[in-house]
Amino acid sequence: MQTPFILQFINLLAALLLLIVFAMLAQRRILSLIKLFAWQGALLTLSTAVVAYSTAQHHLYYSAALTLALKVLLLPWLLYRLIHRLNVRWEVETLINIPATMLVGIALVIFSFNLAAPISQLAEGITRGLIGIALACVLMSLLIMLTRRKAVTQVVAFLSLENSLFFAATSATQGMPLVVEFGIALDVLVATFIFGIFFFQIRETFDSLDIMHMEKLKDD
Amino acid sequence: MMIAPEIILAIVFQLTQLLLVVLAAPLLSGWVNQCQAWLQNRSGAGVLQPYRVLHKLFRKDAVLAHNASWLFRITPYIVFGCMWLAAAIIPIIAVDLPFSRAADVIALVGVFALARMFIALAAMDIGTAFGSLGARREMLVSFLAEPALLMVLFTASMISHSTQLPRIVESLAHHQFVLYPSLAFAALAFVIVLLAENARIPVDNPNTHLELTMIHEAMILEYSARHLALIEWASSLKLFAYVSIGIALFLPHGIAEVGNWAALPLALALLLLKLILAGAGLAVLEVVSAKMRIFRAPEFLGTAFLLAVLGLLIHFLLGA
Repeated sequence: MQTPFILQFINLLAALLLLIVFAMLAQRRILSLIKLFAWQGALLTLSTAVVAYSTAQHHLYYSAALTLALKVLLLPWLLYRLIHRLNVRWEVETLINIPATMLVGIALVIFSFNLAAPISQLAEGITRGLIGIALACVLMSLLIMLTRRKAVTQVVAFLSLENSLFFAATSATQGMPLVVEFGIALDVLVATFIFGIFFFQIRETFDSLDIMHMEKLKDD
Repeated sequence: MMIAPEIILAIVFQLTQLLLVVLAAPLLSGWVNQCQAWLQNRSGAGVLQPYRVLHKLFRKDAVLAHNASWLFRITPYIVFGCMWLAAAIIPIIAVDLPFSRAADVIALVGVFALARMFIALAAMDIGTAFGSLGARREMLVSFLAEPALLMVLFTASMISHSTQLPRIVESLAHHQFVLYPSLAFAALAFVIVLLAENARIPVDNPNTHLELTMIHEAMILEYSARHLALIEWASSLKLFAYVSIGIALFLPHGIAEVGNWAALPLALALLLLKLILAGAGLAVLEVVSAKMRIFRAPEFLGTAFLLAVLGLLIHFLLGA
């Protein structure tokens, strides 16, 4: 059976999305991490637009435009300004070394592909494999959050997690209602602002953005 | 007994490829060096420089160390033979050559490994510090590159349901155009393996004789004259073979069938174009990247392995 070209293209975009999450996992510098996040947003915009075109759902065009404005332009710019203001362009400190993290990442991909296989059996037609890839991206974003120490990296990982969920929503279930998407977009924007304020608070309290210091706050 | 004319034709095609490859291989190396020279604002030595070097080396008298064993003397011939054999197996000008049935892709990787083993043993044979240093580094790089290369080849084999290179090329070249995300990953991994295995810049520098950085050059430091010429020629052949594998796996369109004389000129022209582009691309890659520390090489090659495995997984998941 020959899958139509447009679906092959969506599959390719999904594979590239997975590649970008892997690149984020391997990344040592915060600035490159933010650039990768912007690329992830760009891929997401493209895939949303392609899905909109192939399924003729016009509201997906709006959400593609929203993704472009928010996740490719606004959020990376905000994060960029934030790390400039905080003056944190140092290298990302990882808890586990990077090759080991990559191996864990591969294991996660296999796990999520297996996990998604029965779900994909239920879904018919075009986007069967995409659920597995989206799930892998979500888990890998979680892995980035787990293995990094700095608050800024964790926020980028959180945003990448949101991107993966958004990809799952648009490609596998052909999009949520526009109102919901607007709501989520606003949430993410507000969350980034609040995180930004948090960064300053954390730094004022601990003189560092290392979240290990937050363990001091525990009552023993 | 009459020999069927198509068999003779196939053998003629095979011999043409053998001759073409062995004569054109230094040209590719020369082209890559020339592109690099242009990119670095040098005038360069010209694309024919490798031939001049080979000519010079073949005319000189060979010098051997006193404690060189037969292994040291026989290695250049074995290495050259392995690379030539590898180039004979790969479908370069036409698919379904009679020789290509001799070995599938796994055996092809084995042929490369055989040459590598001999060259490493010969490097240790003399007993100089540089030789064994180079041999160890070569082994470090290649034992990481080999699984990645195998994974790349497996991805292509899974898509075409065969480990025979001609079958792979046929199923990729002669079907309707399909976007394979898994092959995109495999191609990225293959480029990394190609750079590492051919002693190219991020991993090794073919033009250096600085003891801290050289890998391949350290191994062949004791060779001179015709032995060195054969090893240099074999290196060119290896680069040519790798680029040809890359073309066969990822850009096979337009290759001729055996016995189809009419398609041959077009196939040759396309091959030339692909080789020119691949050589220029290789030069650009080498110019824009910096030589990495030897201990960063495992991470670099680990990335190649990771990409290849991802390609394989994505093939399983998406079936593409």
